[in-house]
Amino acid sequence: MSATGIGAAVRRKEDLRFITGRGQYTDDINRPGQAYAYFLRSPHAHAEIKSIDTRDARAADGVLAILTGDDIAADKVGGLICGWMIHSKDGSAMKAGAHPALAQGKVRYVGDHVAVVIAETLAQARDASEKIKVDYKVLPAVVDMNDAVKKGAPVIHEVSGNNTVYNWHLGDKAAADAAFAKAKHVTKLDIVNNRLVPNAMEPRAAVGDYEPGTESFTLYTTSQNPHVARLVLSAFIGIAPEHKLRVIAPDVGGGFGSKIFIYAEETVCVWAAKKVGRPVKWTADRSESFLSDAHGRDHVTHAELALDEGGKITGLRVNTKANLGAYLSTFSSSVPTYLYAPLLSGQYDIPAIYAEVDGIYTNTTPVDAYRGAGRPEATFVVERLVEVAARETGVDPAQFRLKNFVRSFPHQTPVIMAYDTGNYQAALEKALKMADYRGLARRKALSARAGKLRGIGFSAYIEACGIAPSAAVGSLGAGVGLWESAEVRVNPIGTVEVLTGSHSHGQGHETTFAQLVSDRLGIPIDNVSIVHGDTDKVQMGMGTYGSRSGAVGMSAIFKALDKVIAKGKKVAAYCLEASENDIDFKDGKFSVKGTDRNLDFGSVALQAYIAHKFNGQDLEPGLKEGAFWDPTNFTFPAGVHICEVEVDPETGITRIDRWTAVDDFGRVINPMIVEGQVHGGIGQGVGQALLEGVHYNKDGQLVTASFNDYCMPRADDLPSYNVGMTQTPCPSNPLGIKGCGEAGAIAAPPAVINAITDALGHEDVPMPATPLNVWRAAQKAVAKKAAE
Amino acid sequence: MPKVSMTVNGKAVSANVDARTLLVQFLREDLRLTGTHVGCDTSQCGCCVVHVDGKAIKSCTVLALTLEGANVTTIEGLAQDGKLHPMQEAFRENHALQCGFCTPGMIMTSVDIVNRKGNTLDEQTIRHELEGNLCRCTGYHNIVKAVAAGAEAMAK
Repeated sequence: MSATGIGAAVRRKEDLRFITGRGQYTDDINRPGQAYAYFLRSPHAHAEIKSIDTRDARAADGVLAILTGDDIAADKVGGLICGWMIHSKDGSAMKAGAHPALAQGKVRYVGDHVAVVIAETLAQARDASEKIKVDYKVLPAVVDMNDAVKKGAPVIHEVSGNNTVYNWHLGDKAAADAAFAKAKHVTKLDIVNNRLVPNAMEPRAAVGDYEPGTESFTLYTTSQNPHVARLVLSAFIGIAPEHKLRVIAPDVGGGFGSKIFIYAEETVCVWAAKKVGRPVKWTADRSESFLSDAHGRDHVTHAELALDEGGKITGLRVNTKANLGAYLSTFSSSVPTYLYAPLLSGQYDIPAIYAEVDGIYTNTTPVDAYRGAGRPEATFVVERLVEVAARETGVDPAQFRLKNFVRSFPHQTPVIMAYDTGNYQAALEKALKMADYRGLARRKALSARAGKLRGIGFSAYIEACGIAPSAAVGSLGAGVGLWESAEVRVNPIGTVEVLTGSHSHGQGHETTFAQLVSDRLGIPIDNVSIVHGDTDKVQMGMGTYGSRSGAVGMSAIFKALDKVIAKGKKVAAYCLEASENDIDFKDGKFSVKGTDRNLDFGSVALQAYIAHKFNGQDLEPGLKEGAFWDPTNFTFPAGVHICEVEVDPETGITRIDRWTAVDDFGRVINPMIVEGQVHGGIGQGVGQALLEGVHYNKDGQLVTASFNDYCMPRADDLPSYNVGMTQTPCPSNPLGIKGCGEAGAIAAPPAVINAITDALGHEDVPMPATPLNVWRAAQKAVAKKAAE
Repeated sequence: MPKVSMTVNGKAVSANVDARTLLVQFLREDLRLTGTHVGCDTSQCGCCVVHVDGKAIKSCTVLALTLEGANVTTIEGLAQDGKLHPMQEAFRENHALQCGFCTPGMIMTSVDIVNRKGNTLDEQTIRHELEGNLCRCTGYHNIVKAVAAGAEAMAK
């Protein structure tokens, strides 16, 4: 292994600009003559707009334009789309209401976009917005999913009269019912997966620009997938054809899913830039982020697990209601369906599974993918059920898992997925050692002496990453293919630019992708640049989400590098006067087999461009190759996280005492970066389990709409993490990568709740397990014990 | 519009500003020092931390006009003579940043912690002192390591 190659903990190339304040985020970009947009948002969760009077506002200082739904409709700008078609059990297509970028006649959640003011300064735009008079007829709002589907509930979209977008299912109901009929023991759980706000630290932002001389648009935007944004804005929303629309996603300050989607604000900014003849900039303030960034999770589930007399799992039944909010966001329909139910087998050999999922509209912010997207919800169901089943049957939770793990691969689950490889017991056994499971009883006794309750919680998670084989997801309703592209441009002196359709917003691609290139071409890592995030530079790409950039994005680079090396061999063969078949390429040198004649990579690159040593008709000059990689399967990262907590029953305060993570991500390019991804994921997962939760009041007002009211994890809320790894290389991509971006967020919540409930003598506690919730559960546990 | 003059990163600056201009707006919009970020509107996240007369403050919570004659250091002014500050080096060395958005505020806060608490910092102190800065990427593990390492390096 070289110091900068695959497997090395290379310090990040991108860091210099970030630690010196020289990053270029969207809000750092200013165009000459730029004006500012401020969105007037609905203060009501559900209302008819009877009229909008903008006369006074138009006359205010600095105002250039005030645009409403009528203007956007008059210009025939299309609505926002949902790109994944889900069919209900009865075969009918999902019932999706229209999603205009500026409200037309009705608002459906607090924060919905009513009008945009464009002015010389942001302060002027904000001031003028207060002069807009909107006559609302306030309608009853519905926030709770159970209320939303009741007869007589307020109708949010006419097309889905009972506020149900789909009644979807997966698996074999008859087989599952048969398993339950024969079961020796059935474990039942009611589970709420709390709604979260992704809260990337950089708020969303957009700068729209229009060049009348060439009739072309440029949009700078906080996107995880600028090419998908361009595709949607061109093909569906109709801003401009793709060759007249450049989308640039510069440095992006975290995404976690929330920046995948194509939102109203960037649509309006790029459209308005032409309309007002000025570049238009919008940057969310944090309250706007809370109101308008797609939220995550929000499931209510009843789940049942069937066991035979030997404690083997024989069946699983799951019924989930998924809150989709007031409109379908870009990929929202897929999250509680195909990104959720296919993971319900967990790491276990479960012969029969049946899942039903109802997607439901409410008068709340749209819900879409947030770190893990469906997989954390599935893991929470499976790992809570398994833990409770072990406790109910009096089996050690680690032994219960070991007994039920999938042991041979490939393994076909009853819910679509074919697990390719893994070694689940190895991860669990390693985690038990690292966590000193044997010493638990002693530690519990020590805690008890101090009046504290100590508990341990396991989470053996699996996820499907490397999203995804295009034809497979197409057959499940996806509107796009999920391949990735790469282009490797070798310059005449042997430096290399790699253009990738992946997008880095914290993942460190500029380093890891360069490590791959340095490793394969045998050139210094400093001679490699990674180019991403600009549709004028990179031809096409699908972006970064679903832990796909290593498994899919790097595989595309790998394939392009194969072509570069193959072409290099041809060039070297001419230069070294040998047969192409006799040329080897190793450690950055092209050499003639069995001789000491060789040329280094840079010399071959130069010869490829000089083109003196070969006939241009026989071999094209230059050294530049591209590739598209379409995966053949999902990848299946898996692992075991163990959380150990100490609960103070007097205050309900939970302190995480130790955290052990053992993950199998397949081959690892940069262990430092991978561990960082694990840390961050756990942080968000612990946030969900202990601190975070969206609260709407019954009128649909978002009560948790700032960092004062929504509890983000801070440094003193979280522990240090003990991270280990096992490795079974993924067989479905050339690098053996599985993906690591979401694992922590998927694994952590059930580990925490299993630990707290262990401490509390198995009393259930809802997420977030705030001191109040834990204290209440502790009181209940005490009362139950007294009654016994 | 009233005029304000101050020293920013060792350079005298002055401008006529709208009276409601916050220091962070003055830095970002007037001086184009965009390394100082805005991550919230309630003084919770700490992305905007700069030093004023040697002390860390949240630049989103102070009016530019109140800082007449002040000496302001932003993340752009931390490296001296082309040499990174030890805390900057420690953040890079310990992989204490991912997306980089909270990083300028984190580094400015961390330098201030060391100035106040000294060069030997235990984990608990660091975690407590970082309470005013949010990071959504790192889970804080590596930031805590970086602050400890940076604090030691600052003693040299």
